[in-house]
Amino acid sequence: MASNGEIIERSAAAIARDVNAKSVSAREVADATLARADALEPQIGAYLTTLHDFARRQAERVDQRVRAGERLPLAGVPLAVKDNMCLDGTRTTCGSKILEGWVAPYTATAVARMLDAGCVPIGKANLDEFAMGSSCENSALGLTRNPYDRERVPGGSSGGSAAAVAAHEAALGLGSDTGGSIREPGAFCNLIGFKPTYGRVSRYGLIAFASSLDQIGPLARTVEDAALAYEAMSGRDAMDATSMDRPVETVALRDDLRGLRVGLVREFDTDKLGSELHAIYQRAYAELAKLGAEIVDVSLPTADYGLATYYLIAPAECSSNLSRFDGVRYGLRVDAADVQAMYEQTRAAGFGPEVKRRILIGTYALSSGYYDAYYVRAQKARTLVARDFETAFGRCDLVASPAASCPAFTFNAKSDPYSMYMMDYYTIPMSLAGLPALSVPCGWVTPAGGNHPMPLGLQLCAPLFAESLLLGAAHAYERATMYAVQHPPQVTLEARA
Amino acid sequence: MNRQYEAVIGIECHVELKTATKMFCGCRNEFGGEPNTKVCPVCLGMPGALPVPNSRAIEHMLRAGLAFGAQIPAFSKFDRKNYFYPDMPKDYQISQYDMPLTLGGEVTYWLEDGSMRTCRLTRIHLEEDTGKSSHAGSGDGRIAGSDYSLVDFNRAGVPLMECVSEPDLRSAQEAVAYLESLRLTLLQLGVSDVKMEEGSLRCDANVSIRPMGTTQLGTKTEIKNMNSFRSVARAIESEIERQIGVVESGARVVQETRGWDEGRGVTHSMRSKEQAHDYRYFPDPDLVPLEPATGAQVESLQQAIPELPWQRYERFTAQYGLNPNSASQLVASPDLAEYFDRVASQTRNPHASANLVLGDLSRLANETGVPVAQSQAVAAQVAELVELLESKTINSKIGKDLVERMWRGEGAPRAIVEREGLAQTSDAGAIEVFVNAAIAAHPKVVADYRAGKTNVAGFLVGQIMKASSGKADPALVRELLLKKLDHNVSS
Repeated sequence: MASNGEIIERSAAAIARDVNAKSVSAREVADATLARADALEPQIGAYLTTLHDFARRQAERVDQRVRAGERLPLAGVPLAVKDNMCLDGTRTTCGSKILEGWVAPYTATAVARMLDAGCVPIGKANLDEFAMGSSCENSALGLTRNPYDRERVPGGSSGGSAAAVAAHEAALGLGSDTGGSIREPGAFCNLIGFKPTYGRVSRYGLIAFASSLDQIGPLARTVEDAALAYEAMSGRDAMDATSMDRPVETVALRDDLRGLRVGLVREFDTDKLGSELHAIYQRAYAELAKLGAEIVDVSLPTADYGLATYYLIAPAECSSNLSRFDGVRYGLRVDAADVQAMYEQTRAAGFGPEVKRRILIGTYALSSGYYDAYYVRAQKARTLVARDFETAFGRCDLVASPAASCPAFTFNAKSDPYSMYMMDYYTIPMSLAGLPALSVPCGWVTPAGGNHPMPLGLQLCAPLFAESLLLGAAHAYERATMYAVQHPPQVTLEARA
Repeated sequence: MNRQYEAVIGIECHVELKTATKMFCGCRNEFGGEPNTKVCPVCLGMPGALPVPNSRAIEHMLRAGLAFGAQIPAFSKFDRKNYFYPDMPKDYQISQYDMPLTLGGEVTYWLEDGSMRTCRLTRIHLEEDTGKSSHAGSGDGRIAGSDYSLVDFNRAGVPLMECVSEPDLRSAQEAVAYLESLRLTLLQLGVSDVKMEEGSLRCDANVSIRPMGTTQLGTKTEIKNMNSFRSVARAIESEIERQIGVVESGARVVQETRGWDEGRGVTHSMRSKEQAHDYRYFPDPDLVPLEPATGAQVESLQQAIPELPWQRYERFTAQYGLNPNSASQLVASPDLAEYFDRVASQTRNPHASANLVLGDLSRLANETGVPVAQSQAVAAQVAELVELLESKTINSKIGKDLVERMWRGEGAPRAIVEREGLAQTSDAGAIEVFVNAAIAAHPKVVADYRAGKTNVAGFLVGQIMKASSGKADPALVRELLLKKLDHNVSS
């Protein structure tokens, strides 16, 4: 029998292969992963809720199905589920006091598909409150630390899922990406953070932040794992009117980039990131060329407007989406003299400052008299951003850029909202255009004052529905460079010691 | 009403559509039931739940729009109307703001005097209904001053059509006649039960007045809380009088929402325009835009629009020459109107057909609880009976008897008449025998008649009819009897 340490090191693909081959049981994998989580959670804080009983029951069901002859694509794979996705019978909080005690009465489609494919949910992972943030610091319910340096943030908003996968407290994570919330924590935690095309993965059961931008995707330690997760969860869902009725092709993992043109965005000049990061990204682009890609110059003239556009559309939608948290039917209720006062006091006590800020911005942007100047204009800008990408993809097959402008930063380093918003500078344009994009590890840098080398991510972006091309190319890059395995997470050393 | 002023009225109707399931989820769309039993994460607005539109409801909308001659636009979309209310699960209502499913069109209606009118429609749009709150402890059932409130979400998410008219109506009578034509049309199309008592039809009225002969619109008030067509008429009349009073006193009408107080028969102020909400409408990002005019759907729906109540009313009065009252009564029930049509088209006398359907048959329907159109008295048999009466083959007494027998399912009247020899006796010789016998048997009555009490003749007619087993032609009986009574006097 494999040791616990050995089991938790395996990739999702390896676990699924071994569980299907019955060389290890899903129950053994679950027990090993739960033990790992129990040991590391005091240091990491990836999970808001660990699901010991649920995980063991699900693992046993998986083993039964395997014994009955089924072959499951993700048999026994331990999964971290971001806590803005419903899982029937489990606490689902969105990292918010307003939902602190809420138990979901149904399961999100993407989660259900992962479980049906054989995944075993280890826990509900921490996040910035209602997925609003880029460091996980906006969670009202817990602090998550970066497994590569516990003085640093894991990124956000899917920071809990990223930390869990990076610390081997799960083999796969589910995140949601609205403006970079999978890709940025993926980059900060040395993972593949993959946001599929908007409409590829059902949003049913994902507690909405900004409906026209939210998209569920995987956080994984290898591109192959990300592809397996993507295949398991995508496809049309009758419960989500915005999910696309398009066949999901099996991802073709490639070993080179021959015949592909990779566009470098003129406006995303890496000079401004400092010499060290500039050198790392230039090396990454050179590696793409070495793999056979033709490097071309493309322009996204409206990219600079992405952030402003995003911070009108996303708050506008969130101001409406979060109205339902009113104390009437579920979640926190602060009793008051009348219903109006109850609404006000419940929401005042239940929402954190960033959520309130965005509700206020959004309410303002949708108000009579301001709607045309803000919301309508932002929608027009969004169309222009999408057109820029269409033009760029006339000249190339993939766009490459940094995933973030810096490695994981220390806690409280970005205390003013604007500097935090800037963290999504490179990821927001793709979100506005609905495009599939991912971050893949591309090197290490030891930040000034830091004790450990921290990972950096390369962002690759493909045309709508070209996930197979995107993952295939990322696989070639990963295979050729292997940056992800250069440095182990700090916690692994301690846990082994 | 003061003849110096003209009322200008527009009506907004909310109509719950008749579908198997709710607008955006799979819960059953049915009236009533134990509170909160027809609910799911979607219609309860649970975190993460998403709406998926009911295509049947959209089809109903298009059918209604086409029936009223509305324009079906190339694009339509759903928007969110944001406001907080405890019976609205998401604290926004999915509705339609600037691109409704149908635009324009008109409702044709008729007044009691038979004249036809039209009222233009602004738009018909689709939205979801809210839940229902009940407030305890405030005495008047209102939220103010209540101890606690209960919410039933069974109605939440039921598809709701909002039909807005232009201010084309000029009196309470026109408003009610418009509503009745609208109601019957929606009933005929099968898109709603349109029951005001169950809330599947609800309406508000926008009322203003202006000096007769002017064209500028006055300041309007919106009247709510009208629970029947009768209260619509009373509320509008009361509001017109109130506004005339305000203007006559030198004051100005204030734009506001007013509630109708059924008990006191007056409207009272609910909220003024200054307190109006900013609903922050924006396109619902959970739903994709609709392209209602695309494809063959509109054409096939158009072709399947049946004859509408106002068209039927016009035909019944024109083709059959029915009076407005009979035509209205028939058109009021699509089933009854179709039944009448089948009867009348097989007879030479539509009036007699209408009288039979609205008279004896409707009476039997009331007594037995079986609608005429579903009774055992099928239209072909009723037509046969009309013809038997029309040709004087049977008399009206036998006719009444046969209606009852057809209702009980005894079959075709002509067969009964032939089998039982019920045909009217118009043979003067045969009737004379009965007349003579009656005169001989009742000398005192004859004497009374001849003494001037001519009304006793009816008694003798009755005796003669009885002796003929009801088959004698009553007119002929009377003629022969009177001739005999009068003749003998003068001789």
